[in-house]
Amino acid sequence: MSPGYDPGADVIQVVRSPAPGPVAGAYRAFGETLRGLKTTFARVVEGPTTIQYPEEKTPVYPRFRGRHRLHRFEDTGLEKCVGCSLCAAACPADCIRVVAAENTPENRVSAGERYAAVYEINMSRCIFCGYCEVACPFDAITMGHDYELSDYTRSDLIFTKEMLLAEPVERTPLRTEGE
Amino acid sequence: MSTPLAQVYFVEPWWVQIIKSLVIFGVAFGVLPVLVVYERKLLGRFQNRYGPNRVGPFGLLQPMAEIVKFALKEPFRTETSVAYLFRIAPMIAMLTAIAGLALVPFGDVQHIFGRPIGLYGIDVSIGPLYVFALAGISFYGIMLGGWSSGSKYSFLGAMRGAAQLISYEVSQGLSLVGVIITAQTLSLTGIVHAQAGMWYVIPQFVGFIIFLVASFAETNRAPFDLVEADAELVGGYFTEYGGTPFVAYLFAEYMNMIVVSGIATTVFLGGWLLPFGIHPPGWVDPIVVIAKMMLFFTFFIWVRATLPRLRYDQLMSFGWKILLPLATVNLLVTAVIVGSR
Repeated sequence: MSPGYDPGADVIQVVRSPAPGPVAGAYRAFGETLRGLKTTFARVVEGPTTIQYPEEKTPVYPRFRGRHRLHRFEDTGLEKCVGCSLCAAACPADCIRVVAAENTPENRVSAGERYAAVYEINMSRCIFCGYCEVACPFDAITMGHDYELSDYTRSDLIFTKEMLLAEPVERTPLRTEGE
Repeated sequence: MSTPLAQVYFVEPWWVQIIKSLVIFGVAFGVLPVLVVYERKLLGRFQNRYGPNRVGPFGLLQPMAEIVKFALKEPFRTETSVAYLFRIAPMIAMLTAIAGLALVPFGDVQHIFGRPIGLYGIDVSIGPLYVFALAGISFYGIMLGGWSSGSKYSFLGAMRGAAQLISYEVSQGLSLVGVIITAQTLSLTGIVHAQAGMWYVIPQFVGFIIFLVASFAETNRAPFDLVEADAELVGGYFTEYGGTPFVAYLFAEYMNMIVVSGIATTVFLGGWLLPFGIHPPGWVDPIVVIAKMMLFFTFFIWVRATLPRLRYDQLMSFGWKILLPLATVNLLVTAVIVGSR
């Protein structure tokens, strides 16, 4: 603030009543106590807002970035992933490992020329940024809605292709419109 | 029967006394864990949450789990502590808290198995004095506990606690004197009988408020719980306690709350009497008294959920500059009115 600054119209005058004496102060404290009691009792009337987590789950938004999912074509059942490793290249946490293999007429896994023989995501490293989803040219990998990703060992958190392709056992509730 | 200390109004054989004391002790002790879980659940409701609801049905077994946890703790003490006082102090706190329960009347004399039995521990001519004497001794539980811990923080906590207890005991006592003058008796059952027309909460409303506020301070409850002040101190005088001695202090606090609720019910809310001329059969009396005590207990929790903790100087100035003069004026006015009748 410069020395010659004139606050002028910026100043807001707050009108306060004079500080109460002991009797008026005690009276006012009594009244404010009653008001406080009313406020807390209104919370009882409102009822709890707790979500009982393991039994009740918080619904997520449609664009929530949870555990990844790999997809198949619905008509042919072939995997969408062609093993191009673009997701692995885009991943800032370096948690995706893709080993590609050639499709053969006897063993046709994906729609393209090659398919992902190994597709692993290390969930203990993943930061759920969604870059893999953006990088994928075939929409083969998307971020799902599951957020319950704890396990007892680190190796259990490495999700294989079969795990990512499978439907999640428990569906995470989706937030409805206006919720 | 007249003894050197006090006159006993309703004399019963010694074995009846022992059975009665066991029953009162057992009921109060069994009720304590229920009160703990009740307080926690109600506090939760006051904060838009459920409170404990995982252990047992509706979380009712929560205190059991906690008691087991505390009982299995290693008994330890600091190297600088005074061993025997360190062990005795929680016992003093607990003993004085329980002994106060002896005078709370849960009902009038009833015929149980054809024998007249007073539904109270003992009915003596020194009722409130006995309670205040025990409150005075219970202060040793805090003081010795803090001092014998051998930790300066415990000692400071004990000093704070002692100063608070002494300050508010005066106002608490004076607020009861107004009732005693009106009722013309020191027997707690006598005071209940004197309220047959009107509960003393109406003519002695100021005294009731003073007693209530002082009781919060006496039982170390919020907003006067700066003896333990769990947020800013570690635990005041019982910082160095753990396991069962710690639970003993906790139980003493809750037992003090029961006793204070009982005294307030007896003295201001007409004990087992019901308004509007309702006279239920005698066995309802203890239920009425316990319901009124629960009302007080609920209010204790309600206030705890509402009011923030006072600062130490606010506590002292409130006790000495507002509560004590108010109690004195109340006493004087009551004395003048009763004397001029």
